[in-house]
Amino acid sequence: MTGKLKSGRQVVEGSYAVAHAAAICRPDVISAYPITPQTHIVEDLSQFVADGAIDCKYINVESEFSALSALVGASAAGARTYSATTSQGLALMHEVVFNMAGMRLPAVMTIVNRSMSAPINIWNDHQDSMAERDSGWIQLYVEDVQELVDTTVQAYMIGEDPEVSLPVMVCMDGFILSHVFEPVDLLDQKAVDEFLPPFKPLRTLDPEDPKSFGMFVDPEYYMDFRHLVEQAMEQSRSKIQDAAKSFESAFGRYYGGLIDTYHTDDAEIILVAMGSLVGTLRDVVDDLRSKGVPVGFLKVRAFRPFPADEIAEAIAGAKVVCVLDKNISLGTGEGAVCTEIKASLYNSDIRVPVIGFVIGLGGRDIPVGTVQRIVSKAEDVIKHGIKVENEFVDLKHSLVS
Amino acid sequence: MKEIRIHGRGGQGSVTAAELLAIAAFEDGMYSQAFPSFGVERRGAPVMAFVRLSDKKIRLRSQVYDPDYVIVQDATLIEAVDVARGLKADGMIIVNTEHNPEDLPLETEAAVRTIDATGIALDIIGKPIMNTVMLGAFAGASGEITAESIKNAVRDRFPGKVGEKNADAVQSAYDLVVGS
Repeated sequence: MTGKLKSGRQVVEGSYAVAHAAAICRPDVISAYPITPQTHIVEDLSQFVADGAIDCKYINVESEFSALSALVGASAAGARTYSATTSQGLALMHEVVFNMAGMRLPAVMTIVNRSMSAPINIWNDHQDSMAERDSGWIQLYVEDVQELVDTTVQAYMIGEDPEVSLPVMVCMDGFILSHVFEPVDLLDQKAVDEFLPPFKPLRTLDPEDPKSFGMFVDPEYYMDFRHLVEQAMEQSRSKIQDAAKSFESAFGRYYGGLIDTYHTDDAEIILVAMGSLVGTLRDVVDDLRSKGVPVGFLKVRAFRPFPADEIAEAIAGAKVVCVLDKNISLGTGEGAVCTEIKASLYNSDIRVPVIGFVIGLGGRDIPVGTVQRIVSKAEDVIKHGIKVENEFVDLKHSLVS
Repeated sequence: MKEIRIHGRGGQGSVTAAELLAIAAFEDGMYSQAFPSFGVERRGAPVMAFVRLSDKKIRLRSQVYDPDYVIVQDATLIEAVDVARGLKADGMIIVNTEHNPEDLPLETEAAVRTIDATGIALDIIGKPIMNTVMLGAFAGASGEITAESIKNAVRDRFPGKVGEKNADAVQSAYDLVVGS
């Protein structure tokens, strides 16, 4: 290992790419606890710090709970902070996750999406970050390694905006993106320094000007504080779009604001997904379009704040919407994205059928044929109406019957 | 787009071979994608790694089911794993073995090539680590990639003497396969 960060366009592992992107954002404090499949990220970052390649305090801790607690203190003191975790590690942080957002402390944390125990499983789905959806953290999901790199920088810009002042999770699919080697434009330090202003906290812990964060608040005030967090979430909608646009001006790459769409304008069938599955959908949609199938997809880039209006507008003209959820809200029979899309339509005059597909849990692979079968089912819904409202895709029926 | 599946045993450097292939292909001007089969790797257990090469941006994220090429680092895997599964009829499987292609119990319409990669590795590198040798054989047999790019990727990954020896082994395997 050398003391210098790599530079330029080259083939690197997704984990290296995000560690590099985090480093280029000049965090003052990093704290993280290694856990599969996030491990390579913290190995790379601790190597950068040990080699003197970045000027940053790396705080070694004994658990994820402590990792995020350390960042609460650091962020309150005015530091730019970074962490990365996954699955059980994120669950162990849960209490602090809510605290950090409630205290309006910016941070960026990479979530290397992995399933939740039990049974224990180290592979990808979105259950871990979904379990934190009500915490007040902004959640952005990325499709490939380049979007991961670029969104990490945007995340600091969004979360540290004084009108937002919230922590941000950048969610990447475990193994599929963390362990892939592919070509990436690694960011240039000078270009990022020009793009991303230094963190100017609204208020800091300061012995000269003592104040408290996360105070005891009685029923007279608690609800109002929660409302302020919701207002900050609302503010973040335009900031997420602004960050994506200004990143495009500076670096020439754009991935959508809250959502992105592909061939949706004249689509009868619209697939909805988050994360790396979107890449596979691009191939499937191109192939089916060449055969005359009127299909497109909608990528949910921000799950929090939830882009209800943008989604409703994009799917208004479709005949059926198929939501591919890499999570299951047990007890509802469907994934959270599906439920929220349905909810966002109810008070509108849009009456498009929304079908839920729970897919790829615990790393079950999603081949092209599986997506094609979902499109075939969508064609059936157009012809014959809804027969099954939601289902688990590619189940081993011999095991569950 | 060309899809490659590498079979090996934990410890034989299959994932590293996939990474080096992706890096070399990029140097040759292609888009590339390499990833492991995401198993819980243990030394000696069967493992897989995948590579995609294309002149366009690679967006597909599924595992490789119908490879154009299969690389088998350890011929004993043929009895344990269906290494030719899904291999395209006009594709190719390259096996590390002292035996001839017709002596292998493979059921495939694809071309079968063999190379004694372990022997070459022992001769040139001095250790039975055959992953870089197999990449040289792949370059020679497939023509999808240049030996030079693989040698550069190998030298970059293993600086100094180890890299030079591996690069020599890559060239040796390449020459042997191209000449035969």
